[in-house]
Amino acid sequence: MAYEEGVPAAEHAGIVAQDLRKQYGERTALDGFTLRVRPGTVCGLLGPNGAGKTTAVRILSTLLRPDGGHAHVAGYDVVRRPRQVRYRIGLVGQHACVDEILTGRQNLQLFGRLGHLTADAARRRAGELLDQFGLADAADRAVAQYSGGMRRRLDLATSLILRPAVLFLDEPTTGLDPAARIDVWSRIRELVGTGTTVLLTTQYLEEADQLADQIAVIDAGRIVAEGTPDELKAKVGPDRVETVTRKPTLDEVFLHLTGKTATRSTETVLEPAR
Amino acid sequence: MTTPTAVPASASWLRDAATLTHRILLHWRQRPFSIALTLLFPVLIVLMFGYLFGGAMAVPDGTYLDYLIPGMLAMTMLFGLESMVLAVTADAAKGVTERIRAMPVSGVAVLTGRGWADLLNALAGLTVMIATGYAVGWRPHDGLPSALAALGLLLWLRFAFTWVGIYLGLLLKTPESAVAVQVLVWPVGFLSSAFVSPGTMPGWMGAIATWNPLSATATAVRELFGNPSWNETTWAAEHSVLLATVWPAVLTAVFLPLAYRRYRLLGR
Ligand SMILES: Nc1ncnc2c1ncn2[C@@H]1O[C@H](COP(=O)(O)OP(=O)(O)OP(=O)(O)O)[C@@H](O)[C@H]1O
Ligand SMILES: [Mg+2]
Repeated sequence: MAYEEGVPAAEHAGIVAQDLRKQYGERTALDGFTLRVRPGTVCGLLGPNGAGKTTAVRILSTLLRPDGGHAHVAGYDVVRRPRQVRYRIGLVGQHACVDEILTGRQNLQLFGRLGHLTADAARRRAGELLDQFGLADAADRAVAQYSGGMRRRLDLATSLILRPAVLFLDEPTTGLDPAARIDVWSRIRELVGTGTTVLLTTQYLEEADQLADQIAVIDAGRIVAEGTPDELKAKVGPDRVETVTRKPTLDEVFLHLTGKTATRSTETVLEPAR
Repeated sequence: MTTPTAVPASASWLRDAATLTHRILLHWRQRPFSIALTLLFPVLIVLMFGYLFGGAMAVPDGTYLDYLIPGMLAMTMLFGLESMVLAVTADAAKGVTERIRAMPVSGVAVLTGRGWADLLNALAGLTVMIATGYAVGWRPHDGLPSALAALGLLLWLRFAFTWVGIYLGLLLKTPESAVAVQVLVWPVGFLSSAFVSPGTMPGWMGAIATWNPLSATATAVRELFGNPSWNETTWAAEHSVLLATVWPAVLTAVFLPLAYRRYRLLGR
């Protein structure tokens, strides 16, 4: 049976990437990317535009072949056993990728079927996820009519259709308003409670700080700093990290005016690693 | 640790292909106007060309409509190529292609699913065009076996266009560049025997039109339906059934592997 082929090695559970390289013509997207995410933990991959976050996620989720290096996800080699990996991962890309012509329910059932759930199981799981993600009312409307936040939620729900062991989230809150962002954060936290391994890319330290057990800072295609949020702040040193006490930000004002609760009034700013 | 619920009972590429075909059928149900437009557009062309230019066209042993309908049956197959390119590029632009690639589904299943859906689309297109033909007075004259052979050749041409369409769609990537294909469909159609005899065209144009794969099928279909034509005496016109069999085979042999390779290369 395709699904059970080969035995995953325990030391390869979670995410293990070793010296990944990827070149686009002259441009180096990944330059010796090495990262280990223990099963059941959340790693925040933090980096500026063009650092190589999406490239790393696409290689780890079997969408892109590396030019060099190795990676195992959920126990399987992403280059040699992509099929095995695909049964065990979920992916939310940087840009929403659901079928706009179909309804939310049809999308979920489609991807459930493509993950080889039986028609019945796909239907049941779709119903569950629609409820869980607050999409039950919009379930039978075409996705083209969804708001950005609803699409993001559907995207996230679709990536969970097979109850993945490893979940990749590429800037899952980009383009969302602050309330929707906090909503997505709380859903990610719920997932972590169920033992899912998560690799989350973001450009915001605050987002990584909120969600991650471990933060890896990527710049120019390689990891330049790694550790728990606190370790990282300590490692970088007080001259690199400023804690600013300040007036409420526009985010918080927005939250206040729209009736949602504001979070806090201090934030940590990480200066670009030089 | 979570364990996936997905323990596939029967993970076969045939089932995956059927699931992906079903997806496209759902598209038609979700957007009935769009598929209706695709099906009715060739009807519009028949009415325009048949009644606007038909009076000025002298076809030996018949009316221009008798000549036009087989040509439009072939054109309907060509329009399918255009829809395919648009559909493939739209999927790429919307990220659906990526999402499907992240599922445990093989490239063979993805291409087969597209192929089956396109075949259904072609059958619908042929049905509409034949009904239009009957409505405007066109008839097949050489009996059922011959008529079925004509339909077989038309579908055989579409089978080849399916792979050309998928390949071009994967190559062009964006719906914006797919518009180029939409425009190019017309010169391919006009430089063939679909609308007029290549014999009436200036030398080099006539030569292209004579050897156009679309001409082979249009001419062969006319012959099998017993419909009138301008009695071409070129080798290509006299061997149209042979050419209508060989051309799609050649196109398929070239573009099916190219399409598959392009799909596999999406991960490079
Ligand atoms: N298909 C491609 N062709 C050419 N260059 C590419 C391609 N994809 C990425 N790159 C380049 O590789 C580098 C890393 O890109 P990547 O998309 O991984 O960055 P990122 O960290 O995800 O950035 P962002 O925060 O903007 O999403 C960039 O310099 C980018 O220009
Ligand atoms: Mg990116």
